[in-house]
Formats: sequence, structure tokens, C-alpha cells
Amino acid sequence: MKRGLAWFELKQEVEEFLYQEADLLDARKFREWLDLLAEDLVYFMPIRRNVKFGEQDARENTRQGEGISWFDEDKWTVTKRVEQILTGVHYAEEPLSRVTHMVSNIRLLDVAPSVEDPLEVTVGSRFLVFQSRVEYENYTFIGRRTDTLRRNGESWLIARRELILEQNVLLAKNLSVLF
Amino acid sequence: MTSLPIDQLIDTQRGLISREIFVSPEFHKEELERLFSRAWLFVGHESQIPNPGDYFTSRMGDESVILCRDAQGKVHVFLNSCRHRGMKICRYEQGNTSLFVCPYHSWSYTTDGKLQGVPLYRALYEGTLDRAEWSLIEVPKLEIYKSTVWASWDPEAPDLMTYFGGAVDHLDQVLDCRDGRPGGSEVIGVQKWILPTNWKFAAENFLGDTYHNPSHRSVDMIGIGPSAQRGQRRDNEYAKGQHVWVGFPQGHGMHSVHMPEQFDYQTGYAQYPEVEEYFRQAFYERQRRLGDKARLLPFTGNLFPNTSWHGRQPRALCVWHPHGTTETEAWRFFLVDADAPAFVKDVLRHFYMRYSGPAGMTEQDDMENWLYATQASKGTIARRYPFNYQMSMGAYKVDDPVPGMVSTQITDQTPRNYYRVYARYLKGELWDSLLGRDLAPLRDAAE
Repeated sequence: MKRGLAWFELKQEVEEFLYQEADLLDARKFREWLDLLAEDLVYFMPIRRNVKFGEQDARENTRQGEGISWFDEDKWTVTKRVEQILTGVHYAEEPLSRVTHMVSNIRLLDVAPSVEDPLEVTVGSRFLVFQSRVEYENYTFIGRRTDTLRRNGESWLIARRELILEQNVLLAKNLSVLF
Repeated sequence: MTSLPIDQLIDTQRGLISREIFVSPEFHKEELERLFSRAWLFVGHESQIPNPGDYFTSRMGDESVILCRDAQGKVHVFLNSCRHRGMKICRYEQGNTSLFVCPYHSWSYTTDGKLQGVPLYRALYEGTLDRAEWSLIEVPKLEIYKSTVWASWDPEAPDLMTYFGGAVDHLDQVLDCRDGRPGGSEVIGVQKWILPTNWKFAAENFLGDTYHNPSHRSVDMIGIGPSAQRGQRRDNEYAKGQHVWVGFPQGHGMHSVHMPEQFDYQTGYAQYPEVEEYFRQAFYERQRRLGDKARLLPFTGNLFPNTSWHGRQPRALCVWHPHGTTETEAWRFFLVDADAPAFVKDVLRHFYMRYSGPAGMTEQDDMENWLYATQASKGTIARRYPFNYQMSMGAYKVDDPVPGMVSTQITDQTPRNYYRVYARYLKGELWDSLLGRDLAPLRDAAE
């Protein structure tokens, strides 16, 4: 991709979008956050496995569309997660956790059809999600993220989110935060 | 003999059980010494190791073990520790190998556990080290039941069927094909996670603690079942049945359902017509195959001490490994019929993921409760006050309408029975006692 003015403008716009998205989650504006998700959303977090050197590509991560992962779901299911929190009796999030989403290392990996007319953008980033719960519980989720964003007027819709969490045995009792 | 005052702390007659057993390091130590070193434990599933050389690194109690199929096709379970200096010889979760080579000093073992390679053997060990005596440490008892692999560290342990006793009728409903053919399940994935709770909270929950249903109100309100109806987290195929809470003398317990003589298929997958049709066919085939036995349907259960199941929606085995006094490492093995069509497996796995485990909308609330029940029981004052297990005291029958100690109302009878057996393990009693062979008086007391 040629790094002209259009590229810098697009990168700035995408970064701003991802930061605003993080703001919505951390401000617990879950309904508004759902509005940023495309109807055909793919929301995927594989389970990572300890494998022999050379087998990483083939076997380290569980695959979308087969077997069991941490998340391999659509917008309906993510919406259910939000609805559940909003019942006020989802005890794993009642009282609500304090959560901060940090997003960094943002890179434009692919733009279609062109940087000048970007309808779909693949964005790589790192995430650090910090969850503080009730009095003494805290969990840190760190990993890599690949998002596919789709042009939606002045803004974007998240069409695909892949979250590569850097853990094997999950060192948290729950994945009740939204990534 | 243990120095712990077991009978004072575990009073199943009065339904009082001390919080000490959930929070005291002494109990944790005694459990590892006396319980996990003897009881039959679930290790894995044959579908995880179909070919010679396949292995799956598993766990028994707080120790790592290797479940492995040797070059001849025989299944073994070894302690995952080199005989030389103890290094874990396998830190991969699953794979295929002809040799386990220790990373530390390169001793190597064949897949049947024999010590093969000792570097510089001639120069350093000749005449002293007898390789045959330094094989991997292997469990003395291993049995496979309908593809599930179980092991015990006690050479005196009874055979697996004796250990299961009548509980096997319920386990069968988890392991058998949905159309009633025996066995035929496969594992489609394993989730592992750490939860800061004592492992017994989780095991007890699956023994038949139906009383905790209100804690799942949120997921009932939003509806996450495969028919996606609001007001329930799964479809209620049990509506016309008699719920039964069953205990067995070996400590096993479960919540199952005994259906009436005539019962018809209940919609379970309305959102997915093809899947619905598949399960409708399987239902009638199961009735045809099993006859009167088809009336037993599984809900949840726990095989003593720490292997739990969900029997139908969802369908999984879960092992609650002790991981310190107040930490548990949970391993959930998700099951489907191996020969189910791909579109059926796909709907099932999605439901499993949104229901169970740390990302499961239902189970998340359990984890919250187990954590804070453990935390709030640690204090000096808290530990003076026992937990209450007095629900439905004496309200059970024997072998009516199904075999076992059967309650037709929600009950603490199954956990009372479980902790009675638990106490016997901690006191180091003989297998006749651990199997409850002296329990004829209970039968009289029940009426």
C-alpha cells in the first residue's frame, strides 16, 4: 500500500474508530457497542495449545468452524452476552467488573478495493484487557487481534474479530468481559 | 491413620459438614495422599489417541500423566516425570511420537514406558543401572469403558465396573449414541481453566444440586438453548418425567429423569430443522433399541470423586482437578456421537461453547458462586460454622423407581452420601468400606 495522504487519513480514521469502540465497552455502553457489529459478525478466540516446534501453524490454535474454542460465535450470541449482563442478575458480572481495553500496534493489513475508496479494511492490533472484579480479583488478558472493518457511512462495522489470547490453560475463572 | 477429626467435621447423620474440608491445607494434603491415590479417575478418551504412538497429556489429582497408545496399540497411563531427575518428559498436550525424550539429560522412553536411551550408558552406568527397573511409573490399574479411559494408583482397587456400581446406567446415557447404540462418542475439544475455588464445590454442584437453579436466572431470562426460546436456557424434554436424585454406595450421585411409560419426542433444536429431524429420528430409534430402559434420561452427575457430566444439552465430561487447597483446574471434554453428521456437530459445539466453561453464559455464574463461597469460608470465625446439608433428610427410597438411593425431590442426600464416602477415604479404610458394602442398614433406615 502506498503511504500517501489517503493512507494516513484512513489509518487515523481506523485508529480513532477502535479507540472509540474501546471507550464504549469501558463505559459499559454495551447496546451502543453492539451497533458497531455487522449482522454477519464472526467473533473468534481460539484455544492455544502447546505443540512441538514446527507444528505451530498446523496445530497450535483451534480453528474457526470446527471443534471447541473459547469463542466461535455470531452476532446473535454476542447479543445474548450483552442481554445477559443487562439482566442485572448475571452474577459473574454483577456487580459489573471494572474493565479497561487498551489497543495498540495498529496496522492496516489490507484495504479493499483501494486506499482511496476503502470499503473493507483488515486491521491488526494488540489488545490488553484489564478486568478488576469486586474487591481483589483482577485478570489481564493480552493478545493479538485481527479485525475486518466494513465501511458504514461515516463510520465502520466490525465484520470479523479474531482474538489470539496469549494463554494456554486459561488463568481466569471466566471470560465474562467483552473483547 | 489421619490425625484429622474426620467424624466430628463430617457429620452426615445430622447433615453438618465443616468448612475446614474446603479450605484447610491439611485436608487438601490428606485428599491427595488418601483419596486421589486410590479412587478411579477419568484420564481421557480413546478418540484422543486413535493411532499407535498417539498421546494426550492428562492429569490425575495434582499430577501430570501421559495417556498414550503404544506401538502395539495398547493404552497406558504414565506419570509424566523422568525417573532420573524428575523432569516432565512431555510438555506437549497431544501428539504422536515413538519416543519420549527427557529434555534435561536425554533419557528416553518408548511408548510402552520402557527406558531405552541413557546417554553414555556404557561409560557411566554399566553394571549398575538396570534399565528394566527404571521404566516410566505406570498406573497399576487402567480400564477402558465405552472409549473413556480410567485409572487408579491403587493396585488393590476393585475393577472399574464394581467401582461404578449402579451409576453406570446413568453414565451410559452420556456415553452412548443418541439413538441408543452403545458407546460411539468422540471428544471434539477440551477446555482447561483455573478457578479459585475448592474442587469439591464444583463436583458437588454436579451431584445433583438442582437447588442452585435460581443462580442461573439471567440465562433463563435471555434464552440460549438451541430452540432459542426466551424463558429457558435449554429445551425441557424432561417436562413429563419424574426427576430423580440418585446416590450410590460408592459415592456417586446424579440428577436424572425417569420418563413415563409412554413419552414422545420434545422439540429440542427448533432453530435448526435438519438437526431437529436428526434428533427426532434418534429419539425413536433409541426407544426402539432400549425399550423400557429408554425411560432414563441424564441431566447432571458426578462419579466419585471429581468427574462430572452434563448428559444431553450440553453433553460433556468435566474433571475438577485439585490445584492447591482453594484452586481447581477444570478440564472439560465435550462429546458428540462420532458418526453424527457435520451439521449436527456444528450446532452442538456452538451450544456447548455458549453454555459451558469460562466463556459459557450458564457456567460463568457457577464459577462466581464457587469462588466467593470458598473465599468467605476461609476466616477463623467462618470456619467455626459448618455448612448445612439437611435438605430432604431421610426422604429417599431404595431402588424405586430406579436402582440406588432415590429421592424424588431436590435433596442433600446425594452430597451426604458423597461426603460419607469421602470421610472413609480420608480415614484410609479398606475397599469393602469404600464401596459401601456395609450399607444394608441404610436400606432399612430409608423406609
